[in-house]
Amino acid sequence: MSQKPFLRVENIRKRFGPIVASDGVSLEIEQGEIHSLLGENGAGKSVLMSMICGMVRPDEGEIVFKGQSVRFNSPREAIRQRIGMVHQHFMLVPNLTVAENYILGQGSPLRVINDMDEVHAKIRELSDRYALDVRPDAIIEDLSVGEQQRVEILKVLFHGIDLLILDEPTAVLTPQETDRLLSLMGDLAKDGKTVVFISHKLDEVMRVSNRIGVMRDGRVVHTVNVGETNARELARMMVGRDVRMELPRSPEPPGHIVLSVDKLTCRAETGLPAVRGVSLYVRAGEIVGIAGVSGNGQTELSLALSGLLPVDSGRVILNGKDITGLDPARINASSFSHIPEDRHKHGIVASMSLSENTILQRYDQKPFASRGMLNRGVIGEHTRDLIKRFRIKSRDEDQPIGALSGGNQQKLVVARELARNPDFILVNQLARGIDIGAMEFVMEEMLKQRDNGRAILLISTELEELFAICDRILVMFHGEILGELPPDRTRLDELGLLMAGQTNQPALAS
Amino acid sequence: MEQVNQGVRENVYPQAAQAFGRTLRQAVINAATPAAAVLVALACGAALLWLNGFDGSDVVTVMIFGSFQDMRSVGEILLKATPLILIGAGLCVAFRCSIWNIGAEGQLYAGAIAATLVGTNFDGLSVWVHAPLVMLAGALAGAAWAGIAGYLKVRFQASEIVTTIMLNYIALILTSYLVTGPMRDASAAYPQSARLIREAWTPRIVSDMRLHIGIIVAVVLAVALYIFLQRSSRGFSLRVVGLNPYAARYAGMQVARNVMIAMCISGAMAGLAGAFEVAGVTHRLYQNISPGYGFEGIAVALLAGNNPLAAIVSGGLFATLRSGSEVLQITSQVPQVLVLIIQGIVILSVVAFTRLRDIRRIVA
Ligand SMILES: Nc1ncnc2c1ncn2[C@@H]1O[C@H](COP(=O)(O)OP(=O)(O)OP(=O)(O)O)[C@@H](O)[C@H]1O
Ligand SMILES: [Mg+2]
Repeated sequence: MSQKPFLRVENIRKRFGPIVASDGVSLEIEQGEIHSLLGENGAGKSVLMSMICGMVRPDEGEIVFKGQSVRFNSPREAIRQRIGMVHQHFMLVPNLTVAENYILGQGSPLRVINDMDEVHAKIRELSDRYALDVRPDAIIEDLSVGEQQRVEILKVLFHGIDLLILDEPTAVLTPQETDRLLSLMGDLAKDGKTVVFISHKLDEVMRVSNRIGVMRDGRVVHTVNVGETNARELARMMVGRDVRMELPRSPEPPGHIVLSVDKLTCRAETGLPAVRGVSLYVRAGEIVGIAGVSGNGQTELSLALSGLLPVDSGRVILNGKDITGLDPARINASSFSHIPEDRHKHGIVASMSLSENTILQRYDQKPFASRGMLNRGVIGEHTRDLIKRFRIKSRDEDQPIGALSGGNQQKLVVARELARNPDFILVNQLARGIDIGAMEFVMEEMLKQRDNGRAILLISTELEELFAICDRILVMFHGEILGELPPDRTRLDELGLLMAGQTNQPALAS
Repeated sequence: MEQVNQGVRENVYPQAAQAFGRTLRQAVINAATPAAAVLVALACGAALLWLNGFDGSDVVTVMIFGSFQDMRSVGEILLKATPLILIGAGLCVAFRCSIWNIGAEGQLYAGAIAATLVGTNFDGLSVWVHAPLVMLAGALAGAAWAGIAGYLKVRFQASEIVTTIMLNYIALILTSYLVTGPMRDASAAYPQSARLIREAWTPRIVSDMRLHIGIIVAVVLAVALYIFLQRSSRGFSLRVVGLNPYAARYAGMQVARNVMIAMCISGAMAGLAGAFEVAGVTHRLYQNISPGYGFEGIAVALLAGNNPLAAIVSGGLFATLRSGSEVLQITSQVPQVLVLIIQGIVILSVVAFTRLRDIRRIVA
């Protein structure tokens, strides 16, 4: 007699209007395993998990949890059954403390809260047990993305769960934070908890999983044991073809200097110095990477370059023109494109349509507008063109962009910025949430831009991304550029040391 | 030949039909929530009246239909709808830009004062010049009054909720001062300004009814504001600023300028409403020229889902309830507070229903 699975999803269907997000999907998860889910953007991973945790109701099908058929009307009901999920983007109230966020929506709204000390104690205990480093009285908005992530995970643990679902938790983490999260997942599994892990990063998936499910078009098409597969095969199962990790590039030498930055300094919003005298240049036809552990001034550097953060001193010259401290409108108009780090904050207006999002900067320019009025025909046509070229999965151009899967939103931002035909492109995290197939495509597009003589500055915490397409890599540490390296994988150690701030390391064996 | 044509038509037509169908369905869905809210509120109101010993359903019927007795009473409803539509549509623009202008009442008074100044002076102008001049003065004064709050917001980050409320008091007290002091008609026993010059009066639609062309202006402007918000570049940037100011900055939009524009548009509409009250209805400035139109306009915008086009309908509805309550006061013993309570329930249920719908959408 075979043992009953811990969680069984049977023949679930879910449609959003004409879009089939789940097409009779079935899935089995064993107790205590780490089960990863892979799949292209829009394959239906988030929707499937949202149905398991009670956020979304399935149209058809059955969910059997611990041998019982369950039907949740809200995430609270799922939590009561000990199922918890950490979503692709966080759902914390920014101006409340960690502890306040945890008790939010729990119990009757009329009850008097007098057991805060107990809550704090429980948070500290859990935080110590899993080395999460979460302070119960910290205010959410003061925390870094990685910290918020741990707060979200601890929130689910706080409510007591047996099944933890993590939707792309590593997309926004630094490599160190990722290592920490992966080992946490191991610890949880050892404690008998079951983890479902969604990621686009095959190496992570290979490292932690027991089994891996691959989704395509709203169905799980393969489930394999981790020992019986490899990254290459997984990629093929996901995309249906071989994915190239190395992209060919033309050896054209770079041209004139397009962007030069001279001793730039600026402070973070907190008032602390963040960028301390950065000088760099980017030439036409080259991609310059900036590597570094996040929080070393990259965010402020990109905001200052694009006019969103005041510059304290130094100069930024674009195409021979001084653009230091200009407002974003003027900078945008000087052939400057920016793929922002925080898509939800800067990059998109979630409740507006794809069409409206594609004209975010050009809403008052020809051909999208004339005599002060929007040309809806032209805008629609342009958007349809981008949707087709970048294979953005959506119902049509009038759909709100917030309804798209995370990776598809990112594709639209990339498409929009490249379509503006800029001389200089500032990229902060290119492939955030993009699947490997789309990543290959987006990188090819970047290389095409490079070959067309554009200058590209690529800030990234993903070394793979940097090695794949950069011509030079600068390393940023504590607001300074510590050194420059060619994209040569054999010098990875050197890069690692620089990223940790060590400049005068003893010469490695040469 | 026939078949080819058929094929072409089949290819083109369903697409257009689908798009139209979707728009229609969306419109019905959008209208369903406020409509349901109004029905629930009226039912609650009827229950409340019944508890107070009145025949609830009768009273509600009177409240809705009582005022539709003849052309004249319909004219009176439209007369009340004029300021509500103007203010409601203007506030839709401000609210879409996430500007919480609570000061339409004060902006209405500012408009009324300016209209009185222009309307009692400049004797000898033709009606074609003087009447529009009065409207313009009202609109400009309203915009300027709102602009003060707008400036304080963009310059000093002062909350417009606080400043617009403060400016309400200032405008009201200023009006009292003017009609009891410098602008007072000395021959009248009652504090009021001199009568406006005839040429400054807003022309009536039918000569023996009080209804004036303000209702036409209101409807035209509401439609214009709808087109402005949905179809113009500036309207687009207002909406982006309202939805995500960070993205607006990133995209190179001038947040401060957009805030000022939204503020001034809503102020101008309220100021115009004030001008119409003076030049179209009372022909003099009084201390209490508005029975709270500026506040009711907030509810009008809310019920309209911040859509200026829908503000025409919701403005009409609130005007009907208001007229109905007057009929009630004359024909029965229902105290006016009860009517006000019903209006309050309408607003609360609109808010509640809209929240419910949004939550549904997420859970879907
Ligand atoms: N609320 C919604 N309304 C309409 N369509 C939706 C909604 N949520 C999801 N979809 C659609 O369902 C499909 C599956 O989306 P889902 O978010 O599950 O993808 P995903 O596999 O998580 O992709 P990604 O890797 O990009 O996060 C997509 O085509 C998406 O556009
Ligand atoms: Mg997803």
